[in-house]
Amino acid sequence: MNSDANPLLALASTFGLMSLFAVGGASTAIPEMHRVAVDVQHWLTDRQFADIYAISQLSPGPNVLIVTLIGYSVAGIAGGLVATLAMCVPTAVLAYYVSRVLRRSSDARWPTLIQAALVPLSIGLMGASGFVLARTSDRTVAAALVTAGAAVLASATRLNPGWLLLAGGCLGFVGLIG
Amino acid sequence: MPPDSPPAAVPAPDLSTPAPPNLIALFVAFAKMSLAGFGGVLVWARRGIVDQHRWMTADEFNETFALCHFLPGPNIVNLTFVFGSRFRGLAGGIAAFAGLVGPPAVIVTVLAALYQRFGEIDALRRILAGVSCAAIGLLISTVFRMMLPLIKRRDLVGLVVMLAVFAAIGLLRLPLPAVLLVAIPLSIAITYAMRRKGAT
Repeated sequence: MNSDANPLLALASTFGLMSLFAVGGASTAIPEMHRVAVDVQHWLTDRQFADIYAISQLSPGPNVLIVTLIGYSVAGIAGGLVATLAMCVPTAVLAYYVSRVLRRSSDARWPTLIQAALVPLSIGLMGASGFVLARTSDRTVAAALVTAGAAVLASATRLNPGWLLLAGGCLGFVGLIG
Repeated sequence: MPPDSPPAAVPAPDLSTPAPPNLIALFVAFAKMSLAGFGGVLVWARRGIVDQHRWMTADEFNETFALCHFLPGPNIVNLTFVFGSRFRGLAGGIAAFAGLVGPPAVIVTVLAALYQRFGEIDALRRILAGVSCAAIGLLISTVFRMMLPLIKRRDLVGLVVMLAVFAAIGLLRLPLPAVLLVAIPLSIAITYAMRRKGAT
């Protein structure tokens, strides 16, 4: 534990920096969040991280709120607030200025080029998120089967994701996941 | 740079465009979209902004989303901020952002407090374990859906970049900044070279 440093400062610098590298959204940064929060700073255990991910998926709102949960478990309400703002504000300000510049320039070729180049990157990052989370959560065969089943159902049908989360919760409650 | 000059510079010839929303309308609209959005707000944001309020045409929405997607950070947060500021300047951006993040952040904090208090109860532990297994399945299916266009186009370069990033972050657990500082310039250079080759 990095106890000599102010936890709020650590949260602000961790997530402020991380947001600048979160290409393709908050869910691509999950492996990095896990690496920093569990392996580097020891803010959370593996199990707590998996639980926090589940809670963030259960609540409404943007995916980025997993950061609020990490901040809250480090330093209470102030921690949640600092982590959330650190993750959101720098890139929002960047987006604000870039959008103003782009609206005045007619050269729209660069954005599409950069976007095309970033798409495979963000898919790879999201795949890594799934893998890292599966390794922390799917410790039994039954758990892995639930994940696989949810993945297949969500890919093959247009089922509302909420039902799959609910089904997972029920299977867990009756003790099938272990 | 007066904040209201961009909309004036691009007059949308759309007769049904209503008056630009005020700060409270922005806050309330984004709070509603956010609270409706289980597992991602984007669908609801499109429905609210384009279909319900008609604050943007579908093309304008796609354009703004594309911009926010190639910039780093939480996409929907960027989109919200850019959207709000387009109508009401910085204050509009902040109002929309507060609506998007504020109410769900309160909910999530209450859940976190409950978890800290009751997280050790066995039944709750089992439920959370089940939810998280299913949630990971949903994430994997999103990855699969995003991968399909690359596979259909036989975009070998894209697939190799994707696998390399996956291995570096997921298997080797390298730090994200280091990986991206190598991967982003490389991927842009390759894409640029391929397009030039395709053009000539």
